[in-house]
Amino acid sequence: MEMFWDIVISALLVIGGVFGLVGSFGLVKLPDPMTRLHAPTKAATLGVGSILIASMVWFAVKQGHLTLHELMVTVFIFLTAPITAHFISKANIFRDWPAEKLPKPAGEGDWAVHTADADTSEGELAVERETEAADKAD
Amino acid sequence: MITYALIFAIACYSLALLFNLYRVVKAPGVTDRVLALDTMAVNAIAMIVLFGIWEGTALFFEASILYAMTGFVATVAFAKFILRGDIIE
Repeated sequence: MEMFWDIVISALLVIGGVFGLVGSFGLVKLPDPMTRLHAPTKAATLGVGSILIASMVWFAVKQGHLTLHELMVTVFIFLTAPITAHFISKANIFRDWPAEKLPKPAGEGDWAVHTADADTSEGELAVERETEAADKAD
Repeated sequence: MITYALIFAIACYSLALLFNLYRVVKAPGVTDRVLALDTMAVNAIAMIVLFGIWEGTALFFEASILYAMTGFVATVAFAKFILRGDIIE
């Protein structure tokens, strides 16, 4: 049984190391900024998750006490990685893609990145909701 | 066996951090720098956890949680600053 857990932990560590390395290598290798977003946000996040789960199994088997800290960190990283990727891609559109090169979004208006007054704060959304309600009433 | 796997993983993440450092120093655009810093924070969490296994103490989890949180907030603040020229409007 000892041997089985050794193999599980070693496999998780090796998988995590390889994924982390591939993710960071993709950051250097891939050709343009939008494709470069893929490598760290997917591969590196998976690698770190694997390492954290290996650590959790190691502490449970070798030290005999199960800790859920690593699971917390894993869930936090898996939740925040898409948000950071989304923000960075928005910043990238803002800097490198002029409005006329992008396809128009459905409906009225332009991409939020390119409209100077676009603000998703509560006040403006409330105004939109009111106008929508007024349209429906008509 | 775990020792060899641990050394392999630490070597992989050291190399990964060097790639990130190269991308921070020599980047084609500012968003690439922000992305490289974000990846660096994520890889640093892995390094901290690996060092915790190496030393056999559960002392480093708090450090990794702090790294995860500050890394996320820093990246979002950087991206927001590039996007709007301001962080809290």
